[in-house]
Amino acid sequence: MTDLEPILAAAHRLGAQQAEVFAVETEETPVRFEANRLKEINARQTSGVALRVIVDGRIGFASSTKPGDVAELVTAAIETAPFGPEAHLDFPKDGQAPAVDVFDAAVESLPVDDMVHAGQSLIDAVRREEPELLCDAYVRRGSSTVTIANSNGGNFNYRATGYSAWVHGTLIRGTDMLFVGDGDASCRPVLDFEGVEKSVISQLENSRRTAEVHTSEMPVIFTPNGVASALIGPLTMAFSGRLVHQAQSPLVGCLGKGMYDLRFSLVDDATLSYRPGARPFDDEGVASRRVPLIEKGTVRSFLYDLQTAGLAKSESTGSAERSLAAQPSISTSCLIIDEGETSFEEMVRNIKTGLVVEELMGAGQGNVIGGDFSGNVLLGYKIEDGEITGRVKDTMVAGNVHEALKRIATIGSETRWVGGSMRTPALAFEALTVSAK
Amino acid sequence: MTETGIPERDEMEAALTGHGADYVEVRFDDTSTNRIVYRGRELEEIGRTRSFGGNTRALVKGGWGFVSFNEPSELRKRVEEAVTAARHVGRETSALAEVEPVVDSVNLSLKKDPRTVPLSIKKDMLDGYNEAMLAVDGVTSTNIVYADGHKRVVFASSEGSFIEQERIDVVSRLAATARKNGDMQQSSMSLGALNDFSYIDTLGETAQHIGERAVELLSAPYVKAGTYPVVLDPILAGVFCHEAFGHLSESDFVYENDRMKEIMVLGRQFGQPHLNIVDGAAVPDLRGSFKYDDEGVPARKTDLIRDGILVGRLHSRETAGKMGEQLSGNARALDYRFPPIVRMTNTYIEPGDMTFEDVIADIDEGVYARNWFGGTTSMEMFTFSAGEAYMIRNGKVAELLRPVKLTGNLFTTLMNIDALGNDMDFNQGGGCGKAGQMPLPVSNGSPHIRILDCVVGER
Repeated sequence: MTDLEPILAAAHRLGAQQAEVFAVETEETPVRFEANRLKEINARQTSGVALRVIVDGRIGFASSTKPGDVAELVTAAIETAPFGPEAHLDFPKDGQAPAVDVFDAAVESLPVDDMVHAGQSLIDAVRREEPELLCDAYVRRGSSTVTIANSNGGNFNYRATGYSAWVHGTLIRGTDMLFVGDGDASCRPVLDFEGVEKSVISQLENSRRTAEVHTSEMPVIFTPNGVASALIGPLTMAFSGRLVHQAQSPLVGCLGKGMYDLRFSLVDDATLSYRPGARPFDDEGVASRRVPLIEKGTVRSFLYDLQTAGLAKSESTGSAERSLAAQPSISTSCLIIDEGETSFEEMVRNIKTGLVVEELMGAGQGNVIGGDFSGNVLLGYKIEDGEITGRVKDTMVAGNVHEALKRIATIGSETRWVGGSMRTPALAFEALTVSAK
Repeated sequence: MTETGIPERDEMEAALTGHGADYVEVRFDDTSTNRIVYRGRELEEIGRTRSFGGNTRALVKGGWGFVSFNEPSELRKRVEEAVTAARHVGRETSALAEVEPVVDSVNLSLKKDPRTVPLSIKKDMLDGYNEAMLAVDGVTSTNIVYADGHKRVVFASSEGSFIEQERIDVVSRLAATARKNGDMQQSSMSLGALNDFSYIDTLGETAQHIGERAVELLSAPYVKAGTYPVVLDPILAGVFCHEAFGHLSESDFVYENDRMKEIMVLGRQFGQPHLNIVDGAAVPDLRGSFKYDDEGVPARKTDLIRDGILVGRLHSRETAGKMGEQLSGNARALDYRFPPIVRMTNTYIEPGDMTFEDVIADIDEGVYARNWFGGTTSMEMFTFSAGEAYMIRNGKVAELLRPVKLTGNLFTTLMNIDALGNDMDFNQGGGCGKAGQMPLPVSNGSPHIRILDCVVGER
């Protein structure tokens, strides 16, 4: 492990009033399958340090992945400081972090052969349903060590492990291409392979036929995967304390106000043991906490890192996340949307003509900052007279997430973890704009 | 070891020999980046980052092993690890297209070097552009991201290639947000250049225009969703060309997939006889330009569609070897953490002979879409979003619309391109993402094009 004290000492010598070193070491072993068979075994090691200094009230920054690059790192950080932003933060002293277990030694000792077997089994299981499916898959195990030390005496260290698996299948008939896929992730060597298989198989079953939709407003159900791919990005962006402070969020001035459907609640929780995205403290050393963002439709909190909290006269919510390439930024950790009372079957049964969205392609483009979402339905189904009748193609769905969530038709009674760090039910809306040929 | 920390040539060559693998390579890169970020009046971030590391990749009986690291010592041991992993995977026969080993050192061909511009000058310029956007009445916030990165890559293979290459990417994005009664609109522009800082000098008018556009959008209507004839400006048409067709020409989607091979069979008609699409890193001085790809294959220009017919595709050594086709020099890696995969470089539609006035003259009701927010593809279907859009009415550009998103289907939309302008421009501000490797520098270009029956989404 890199010894961080000499870096702090060197920064101090060169004139930094405060300094903070963030060091991360990761080891990853991804096993990759292509065209139904094992293709590549990788081993990735990354390590690096990032240095923030405060000189005469301004923040300088540098980072390096080159081992032993201390002198250059410190010089670069000090040199940038005179041009840097005014510091509105003090690096935290040691504090009490909650007990959040995100490390399981069993992941590190997981044999590569077991990973190969897991990937092949997943591919075989979904191909039993559809032998013509051509599958890519990956199974990945990894571990990381995060260390943060600052000149105020703060010293933070934790280790985390991660295990994940994904399968993507392609089915081509003539010029028609169908893409299905699902996956799961955890900090432990236990994944819901059965759930992944079931999800892919149901995608295949719903796509056996194709169905036509026409341009109009219609009811739309987003499955848990659909919620994650279309709605969550534009929604959570609005809760960034930075965007709120800069008047770039549509939720400026909305704290404490009822903005959404009374049944809608959303929590950002970094304290859930063994969930990817959880951690005992954030990437500045601030203790993790459970942050209710929306409670029964009311906006309860925005997310802050130290600098933004300083600017906005608020306090850090432990939401700083960083890579080595940039200074910390505000990010969500594990997101949970409360379940409702309607089973998925019932949601479908209640709709005469409508759409189910499993994945929206290109949803992250456009006026996302204002809450707009729109995209091509990469995977989605038509509902006719309360039944799924087939897969739709060349179809777009558009709306504004802040408008749509004011009036939710029904909320699903079953929730599902999507990608390991987001638990959501299906959400149905009365009328969204659907365009097609 | 050299002073930069990258091992010397003899050390690399020694590490590569005698493993009994079908093929082994090592690659090191060292990138220094200066980055400046503004949000609103506040400068949010300024800093210097250095990304240094290496990797080794081995091929045994068709199976790959790949190991990446930051610590450059014990190179031979790393190569052994990669070979062991490859041996674990390999059950078939390796097929790499033959390439003449190359020993070369490619120095920077610089226009204006950002490294010679002091940080204080860069900051002053960006301050000015930020102020120009904020000075527009109605603009409530801004976002500027500027970065210049100098990258040096050293590549050595067990076949005797040893190649050193350098490049500098200068990228910038300017965005303004306007806000009124809870309604928010954003206007932005992404720009980039290879080995040249000079375009950053002259963005004053662009910045002001971005600010004004954000405010105008607040009072612009949404398009009525539906199917329209659509005219794309060269920048958006470039993104369209990249998403709608470029990705499908990447052979790693094809080489193991018999059905895809049938779809992408050379000789198939994809467009009208006026349609010509090309990709090539040998086109000089663009973001996707280089002399050798990350497998040491010399760059060239590849015709993808000629006279509307599919005539070529993009290859790595493995896809070319397995498909028995000619190498194209398109194996690229984002950095040392990744193996090279098949990627585009500079992808463009060649110009036709119509003036812009003629392109829009026959349209009674259509959409003119300019500039870009983004684009993505699933091969068959794709979407791309315009930074600005106007209605076309009775052959003339009419009222401004809020940004639109367009979607299409490979098998109909390319065929529906029925007019090509006589102009040409390249979009250099984008970065391409694939298999977790993003943003890879690419460019794409086109003349104005007209597409019949394009599905336009409301927002």
